[in-house]
Amino acid sequence: MRPFSYQRATDPDTAVRALGAAAAANNPLTHARAQPLAGGTTLIDLMKLDVMRPAAIVDINPLASHWSAIEPKGDGVRLGALAKMSDVAAHDEIQRSYPVIANSLKLAASAQLRNMATLGGNVMQRTRCSYFRDVSYENCNKRNPGSGCAAMDGVNRMHAVLGVSDQCIATYPGDFAQALIALDATVEITGKSGARSLPFAQLHKAPGNTPDIETTLQPGELISAFFISGRWPRSVYLKARDRQSYEFALSSAAVALDVQNGTIRDARVALGGVATVPWRAREAEALLKGQRFDDGLAQRVADAAFADAKGRRHNSFKIALGKRVVARALQQAVTMEI
Amino acid sequence: MTAAAPDPKMNMGQPVPRYDAVVKVTGRATYASDMPLSDPAYAFLVTSAIAKGRIDSLDLDEARRVRGVIDIVTHENAPRLKDSKLFSNGGYAGTTIQPLKSADIAHDGQIIAVVVAETYESARDAANRVKVSYTATTPSATFDSPGTTIAAAKGQNAQFKEDPKVGDFAKAFDEAEVKLTASYETPTQHHNPMELFSTSCAWMGDELVIYEPSQFVHGLKHGVAEQLGIDADKVRVVNPYVGGGFGSRGSMTPRTAIIAAIAKRLNRPVKLVPTRDQGFTITTHRAETRHEIKLGARPDGKLVALRHEGAEVSSRPDAYCVGGTKTTTRLYACPNVDSLVSIVRADRNTPGFMRSPPEVPYLFALESAMDELAVKLNLDPVELRRINDTTNEPIGGKPYTSRSLMACFDEAAKAFGWAQRSPQPKSMSDGDWLIGYGCAATCYPTQMGPAAARVRLQRDGRTRVEIAGHEIGTGAYTVIAQTAAERLGVPLEKVAVFIGDSDLPPAPVAGGSNSTASTCSVVTMVCDQIRQRLFKAVMPGQSLTDKAKATVGIGQTPATQAAKGDRPLDLEKAFDALGVGVVEEYGEWKPEGAPLDSFRAMHSGQVRLVGGDQMKDQIAYAFGAEFVEVRVNRFTHEIRCPRLVGAFAAGRIMNPRTARSQLMGGLIWGMSSALLEATEIDERNARYVNDNLADYLVPVNADVANVEVILLSEQDDRINPVGVKGVGELANVGTNAAICNAIYHATGQRIRKLPVRLENIEV
Ligand SMILES: Cc1cc2nc3c(=O)[nH]c(=O)nc-3n(C[C@H](O)[C@H](O)[C@H](O)COP(=O)(O)OP(=O)(O)OC[C@H]3O[C@@H](n4cnc5c(N)ncnc54)[C@H](O)[C@@H]3O)c2cc1C
Ligand code: SF4
Repeated sequence: MRPFSYQRATDPDTAVRALGAAAAANNPLTHARAQPLAGGTTLIDLMKLDVMRPAAIVDINPLASHWSAIEPKGDGVRLGALAKMSDVAAHDEIQRSYPVIANSLKLAASAQLRNMATLGGNVMQRTRCSYFRDVSYENCNKRNPGSGCAAMDGVNRMHAVLGVSDQCIATYPGDFAQALIALDATVEITGKSGARSLPFAQLHKAPGNTPDIETTLQPGELISAFFISGRWPRSVYLKARDRQSYEFALSSAAVALDVQNGTIRDARVALGGVATVPWRAREAEALLKGQRFDDGLAQRVADAAFADAKGRRHNSFKIALGKRVVARALQQAVTMEI
Repeated sequence: MTAAAPDPKMNMGQPVPRYDAVVKVTGRATYASDMPLSDPAYAFLVTSAIAKGRIDSLDLDEARRVRGVIDIVTHENAPRLKDSKLFSNGGYAGTTIQPLKSADIAHDGQIIAVVVAETYESARDAANRVKVSYTATTPSATFDSPGTTIAAAKGQNAQFKEDPKVGDFAKAFDEAEVKLTASYETPTQHHNPMELFSTSCAWMGDELVIYEPSQFVHGLKHGVAEQLGIDADKVRVVNPYVGGGFGSRGSMTPRTAIIAAIAKRLNRPVKLVPTRDQGFTITTHRAETRHEIKLGARPDGKLVALRHEGAEVSSRPDAYCVGGTKTTTRLYACPNVDSLVSIVRADRNTPGFMRSPPEVPYLFALESAMDELAVKLNLDPVELRRINDTTNEPIGGKPYTSRSLMACFDEAAKAFGWAQRSPQPKSMSDGDWLIGYGCAATCYPTQMGPAAARVRLQRDGRTRVEIAGHEIGTGAYTVIAQTAAERLGVPLEKVAVFIGDSDLPPAPVAGGSNSTASTCSVVTMVCDQIRQRLFKAVMPGQSLTDKAKATVGIGQTPATQAAKGDRPLDLEKAFDALGVGVVEEYGEWKPEGAPLDSFRAMHSGQVRLVGGDQMKDQIAYAFGAEFVEVRVNRFTHEIRCPRLVGAFAAGRIMNPRTARSQLMGGLIWGMSSALLEATEIDERNARYVNDNLADYLVPVNADVANVEVILLSEQDDRINPVGVKGVGELANVGTNAAICNAIYHATGQRIRKLPVRLENIEV
């Protein structure tokens, strides 16, 4: 860890100003000189590993009084960016109307981490690629642009099969983001020039030729909330992983359905653990709409979701696994009691 | 009694709570890096990013500019240290690769610089700013990597004397009616004890004190003295508590002498707390292994031929191997046995002991093969073991001192509900989950080593026991205190135990599950010396030896109720007769069959363990049977093990509470080894990839729903005075095979490579 300055932001304005001033024109995530600090469960970790080296930390926890509410808004719900994962997961209305959100949070990390970690920090968490997290490896385009990718032909069991580029195959590791993208959430952002909002699907950027640029946030910008319109009681989050708890997904699926009289009116499918960014499987959704559910359909949907998947030496299994996870999640969503 | 404190059965001590329970749960136990030092400097390691090659240059400018940096030690300015030989060649070291000696790099993560600063934070910051340029050459990573060499272990590893064989395997296998040939693989694993590999060194004049978690304080003391070229009496190693060992702290690592020499040079205490990932490369690991098993049997299940060939990866300079064929060739009755162990040399750090070093990989192979054979023979796997059970090992025909293998199978099978198993694979399920039951035998050699102890008894019954044993979490304090209390007839609360300090009388390495047998044997003997003195005082006319034998049970007799003597000693009267307030005795004990140089070796920090298959006219092992329920998800193929049941017989159980805890931990460890643990190697550069606890997976609570430990009563008067076999390394041996056998039962798929992960399942 390197020395850094620490400042507590007492209100959103000072936070944005402090961040903007220090961050200058840098990419907000990888090389920014200033970083907001929420729960710190990603940031402090990566600072200790010398992967992130901010010169300034702006502690945004005092903004919790502004930004941590879980509140109804319009026909949907608004989740403050500083709400703790554990609070949202345990929230009655979230469990009732958005089980996919509650479960994506409940099945993430550990109880201790969920008590510390915030929703904003959660969606901004960095990849778990071991080569990215170990600075003794030179070759990492994400950490060290232009240096190559050690994972491409290295140990890549945990890596992505969707949304990959020849520059980076790092998995987006989070769970909650799959629920957000599935439910067409909007992300509310506060920055120097005021507030703006953005479809959540436009927050993360696939690696392409610039894997170091992970989001469309501008320097100094902060996520203040997420908004989900409508209610999605028929929704599930299914997560396959190496152990029963406290482990990232090898493959996960966030599925939300609107089924009326046996016909699927609307369907949302998002995939975790297999893609470089939160991943919406729109081709798969298209196959579901207007159909009656059966196992054959589930299979076709799963195939469509992974049609473009590219496996490498250790992670090809994720394609078959991912398909089974999608199919099973659909079955569960169709049959769940609501 | 509660599950945690099982009722003692015959030949078991009381399940008293741990001696150190309260200090531990209240955080007051002082581990090595908790030891207060006066004005210490802090060291931080820089380790190599290549596995083979040399350092061209080190740019230290930016690091030196970090405020508080005192010194940066590299191969260019490091204190010169003497080489230490490998422990197996009469030395103390776990590796002969000595870092900071030259610009050469022999393995990934080798220490290449030590930054010393006023604070931990500045040392770490500066270490991150050290820039190294290397000339890297392509390393050989592991099996099948170009550039490795392979040769028989015999002839290159001093401790591997013979590949066990008997009869005519080739002919018998050729003629066998039922045959099985199968290959198995186990991965690299790391111990990852909770406490990091810290070292603090402080000099007072020419005397050095080392605070370091060690499983062998006397070995470390002598090893460091040798490397520094000073008198061993000037070195003291202190660690009253060790936060887990599992073998990783059994032999000396290069870091200790380096830190000691830096402290000397700076004339200031130096404290090193390496990171978790550095722990993966500055100490040892369990090497990856490969096996081929050939079994020949009669249709009724009787084995007629058995061959076990094993290969293990070691470093370029050191021929380390575990050679578990010594166990697998002797476990079952079989007239024709052959074996071969080979060592593959790669550009890796030297591997070392890890909990049940030989038995874990080798029994995984044999016990998987036994299950495969049972399937071929259409026999219940338990019955196949019964058919081949034996009282004498087949290689030399020596009798087992005691062997309760089948009793363990029967008890565990009953508790597990083995009878409810429908033998057909894929025949049991519950919703999304396929269910499999599996079992395997487990065993571990009974070992003991020479040990010394000092015991002081006061008139008021207060007792002080001093012995340089080790509390690595096993319960050493507790069983030593129990032994003294029981032997001297004083209340447990009056016994104070001092261990983990090389200024105390030497005890063996806390390895090979010998600690309880060795330390309790010597403490028993020394307590008996005290009893003899007291008896002599009250009964001056009596023939001492006869009396003592009859009343206090000295010599090679077990500490059973009968031998404890029928006459409680009247302490007051005895002390009055002696005319003193304190009686103190020192004694040295060695097991039967210990080599002649045992005590000399003991005093120079060398290990002389005897037991297992190395005894003269007998062979001593502890046995157990393990049953597991595995669940495999039809859709995700996730594998879970919600139920583990083990029954174990290990001679006298000193304390059912601490023994159960060891065995329970072993079962969980075994499940971890079967399903989760593997250190991934990037074969292109022979480097570890998942060198942290987020990626090197071990089970979490949710993975361990139900573990049942059954302790069987067993009495063995032929092993050591206390009749104790070790339990520390007994339970994690059979689990690997039991789980793979259960996966076969659940899915019909035989998996021969560990760990088993969901991508290996093809249902
Ligand atoms: C061992 C381990 C296991 C884990 N397992 C899982 C898992 O299974 N599933 C899962 O989903 N997650 C998992 N996580 C990740 C964990 O959920 C995240 O670390 C956590 O959610 C991050 O939230 P935080 O508040 O601590 O963020 P911080 O660490 O404070 O911040 C993370 C990043 O986001 C930025 N940031 C924080 N808040 C904002 C904001 N409001 N606006 C803009 N930028 C912001 C920070 O500057 C930083 O770059 C695991 C983490 C660990 C350490
Ligand atoms: S996958 Fe991406 S993060 Fe990982 S090493 Fe390659 S470039 Fe870096």
